[in-house]
Amino acid sequence: MENTYIHDHEIDILLNDVVSLYGYDFSEYARASLGRRINRLFALDKFPSFAEFRYKIRTDADYFSRFVEEITVNVTEMFRDPSFYKALREEVLPVLATHPFIRIWHAGCSTGEEVFSMAILLQEANLLHKSLLYATDINPKVLEKLRTGMFPLSQMKQYSENYIASGGKEDFSKYYTANYERARFDASLSKSIIVSTHNLVSDRSFNEFQLIVCRNVLIYFDRPLKDKAFVLFDESLEKLGFLALGSKENLKFSPVAHKFRQLDNKQKIWRKIE
Amino acid sequence: MEENRITHLTGLIVIGGSAGSLDVILRVLPLLKTTMQVPVIIVLHRKISEENILTELLTAKTNLPVKEVEDGDVLVGGTIYIAPADYHLLLEKQGGLSLDASEKINYSRPSIDVTFESAAEAFGKKLTAIILSGANADGSAGMKIVKQHGGICLAQNPATASAAYMPQYAINHVAVDSILNADEIAAYINAQ
Repeated sequence: MENTYIHDHEIDILLNDVVSLYGYDFSEYARASLGRRINRLFALDKFPSFAEFRYKIRTDADYFSRFVEEITVNVTEMFRDPSFYKALREEVLPVLATHPFIRIWHAGCSTGEEVFSMAILLQEANLLHKSLLYATDINPKVLEKLRTGMFPLSQMKQYSENYIASGGKEDFSKYYTANYERARFDASLSKSIIVSTHNLVSDRSFNEFQLIVCRNVLIYFDRPLKDKAFVLFDESLEKLGFLALGSKENLKFSPVAHKFRQLDNKQKIWRKIE
Repeated sequence: MEENRITHLTGLIVIGGSAGSLDVILRVLPLLKTTMQVPVIIVLHRKISEENILTELLTAKTNLPVKEVEDGDVLVGGTIYIAPADYHLLLEKQGGLSLDASEKINYSRPSIDVTFESAAEAFGKKLTAIILSGANADGSAGMKIVKQHGGICLAQNPATASAAYMPQYAINHVAVDSILNADEIAAYINAQ
């Protein structure tokens, strides 16, 4: 078992199958991480050989949806990197507040913890009533979870600490009700969230936004695909709109870099200046 | 051109450490010659809150460039790279560095196993993996893969480690090439 391993050329074969049978193109994902995810799933589901793994993916659409769910990374949390949320509160929301209507796109939102965090920020700034949050991901299964508005109750202590570190002044528990092992977030938050599948590899711009949040998504793409996504974000942002990336990501070397200026706060937030 | 990038590097050194390993790194770094040709990647388990302090601390100990890895960085010889807190660090075959925020491995992110394993696949015989002090088994599974790809594995002498478990675990489970103290680790890197 230990020596059974999916090699690079076999990954190419799989990715070819997947794009031709299901229309998902992973060929421009960063290969080291993708290879590790595929090998992890192969070991987890105890396939005896590459041929059987390939056959299962080709012939079983349900298994393919598991494949998508497992090879994409869906680790997220509420108020992840609290200092980022603090910067949103202090520097971005006051600008958004001047608009009659606010549109925000969470691209690659996974199960939606960061979308609900944003909804809480907007509520506290008294902006949620005039905001729409578009939550998109490649993976329909994580979006089903998002739609429930429920997150594991066991995480709430951590999220509450993050919330306070982000400058939150309320009692975090007022935003949810405990329901067995789950925390169900208030419907007043979810009613401003629009959920849809969107594939950054193949789908086009679908609206114009004042803020696009895409954190720890592009790290899984290779350079040309990252650049394509940056162009898509540029096309989807109003002039003077904001783009927020993950804490180790950078717009600096992208083809649209000259159109953006980073805010002076060490956070990964850029403003579109032309 | 991108394909050939990796061949410009004569080798790669990846150092993994956990509890008690920072002291060793702080002793090794001042001993490294500024003529060092290879890149060195350091993967340390630590609390997220210590993140920025670590890079500053290591920068103060050497005249070599020290860089916390950002997404999209490409390896340059003679540079010391730090895996950022809360991300796994992987090596691409073209010499690029990739970050991955997926599940913790061995309760750790960054996980030493993840970096050793992907470095082994990208660098093969050109890789040296070094395991330092720690109270965790992280690194040993990765070292097995380093050996399968013909790379070199070194362990800190457990007798000199403030937490002997991690290097001892590697010695017990992997045919490590040498067991070294801090001075000898620096001398090894300088000889590359």
